[in-house]
Amino acid sequence: MTVMQKQQEKHTPKPQKFRVYGPVATVYGSSNTGSWRILCPKVDYEACIKCGTCARSCPANIIDIIKEQSECVVIDFDYCKGCGICANECPVKCISMVVERG
Amino acid sequence: MYDVQHNSRGLVSHGVSACAGCGMELIMRNVLEVLGEDTIILIPPGCSALFSGFGNETALKIPGFQGNLENTAACAAGVRAALNAKGNKHTTVLAFAGDGGTVDIGIQSLSGVLERRDKVLYICYDNEAYMNTGIQASSSTPYFAGTTTTPSGKKTGRKDLMQIAIAHDIPYAATASINNLNDLKKKVQKAKDTDGPSLLHIHTPCPTGWRYEPAKTIEIARAAVQTGCWILYEYEAGKVTINYRQKELKPIEEYIGFQGRFGNLSKEQKKEIQDYVTKQYNKYIIKLEAMN
Ligand SMILES: Cc1ncc(C[n+]2csc(CCOP(=O)(O)OP(=O)(O)O)c2C)c(N)n1
Ligand code: SF4
Ligand code: SF4
Ligand code: SF4
Ligand SMILES: [Mg+2]
Repeated sequence: MTVMQKQQEKHTPKPQKFRVYGPVATVYGSSNTGSWRILCPKVDYEACIKCGTCARSCPANIIDIIKEQSECVVIDFDYCKGCGICANECPVKCISMVVERG
Repeated sequence: MYDVQHNSRGLVSHGVSACAGCGMELIMRNVLEVLGEDTIILIPPGCSALFSGFGNETALKIPGFQGNLENTAACAAGVRAALNAKGNKHTTVLAFAGDGGTVDIGIQSLSGVLERRDKVLYICYDNEAYMNTGIQASSSTPYFAGTTTTPSGKKTGRKDLMQIAIAHDIPYAATASINNLNDLKKKVQKAKDTDGPSLLHIHTPCPTGWRYEPAKTIEIARAAVQTGCWILYEYEAGKVTINYRQKELKPIEEYIGFQGRFGNLSKEQKKEIQDYVTKQYNKYIIKLEAMN
């Protein structure tokens, strides 16, 4: 249980022990940042040379390159914010940013 | 132990509410990839506090502590002292603070750590203003950049954090850029292995504060290096190494051209920045060479 720290309101005449826990984070969470997306990265798999530049450049670290798969660039759209860095950095420019919502 | 609600690969949550295209988010992931889970992180208020999280949620799998804007380095020194008292020599103590929290408000406590030789890795991610409170100028905001407190462009140059650190003669200090992540990670590893204080000053493009398209974050970092606005170098055991040298600097327009914070400048002012940057760059390289 997380107990938030309370300000001491009265002067304490005698020293006392307080057990203070908070504010403390106990949950490792993730925001639904995919809902921010306005532009969506779309990969031309035929043109992709599977170099991994997009994966290394993504600030959210949500791109997987799976070489043996025909759709070789896999993006986790739960978290993709649509920033477009992957598209901008791709050396063969095979990612385009398409409008997802206006 | 944390209650893991959404797992991630690596030590950083995938859904962190940093702006789309945030350079700092890319830095945090690469830094923790190198440092690993045997790390305790100290984060002051600022954009990096997005990783500390909100309420009882955190976006980092490692233990951490959020102090005040002025005492990140002092908090780190305290954690180090506690670890030392327990005989723990292996855990990395990482301070991860913005430019405002470093070059302005936290400079005294940082100076204390550097002077006492506390084994702390201090990273200043430099987005060149107080971004989290709405883009106020800091002493790291470059000459002529527009912020809410310098609407017609800052009238002075920036404070030189690296040279301040070097003046304390610490064992390791380096600048880095997301333009070269391999170089950045190599420097993080060196800093981790340093027996004593180490400092990394990392250029951090910020689409919100610098007003450019988020897709250009890495491109802008690259342009900063190629135009001479950001110099990559290391100070290691008293020796300076310049990591990257441009035969000929690219015109400044390739860096400032697509940033809204430099958008209101006249032709004459742009020429003035060009002259200023070229002069500063040449002077700085001569100074670095003379340090060896
Ligand atoms: C002593 C003090 N002054 C002001 C603030 C308000 N404040 C919180 S975050 C912040 C901005 C910090 O800027 P910086 O360190 O550059 O980090 P950034 O937000 O740019 O990532 C400020 C001014 C504070 N928390 N403490
Ligand atoms: S950067 Fe482009 S070419 Fe390289 S793996 Fe990604 S999509 Fe394919
Ligand atoms: S658009 Fe941005 S967040 Fe989405 S996959 Fe590309 S780099 Fe990552
Ligand atoms: S304001 Fe800038 S540094 Fe802060 S989260 Fe947004 S892009 Fe990142
Ligand atoms: Mg800042």
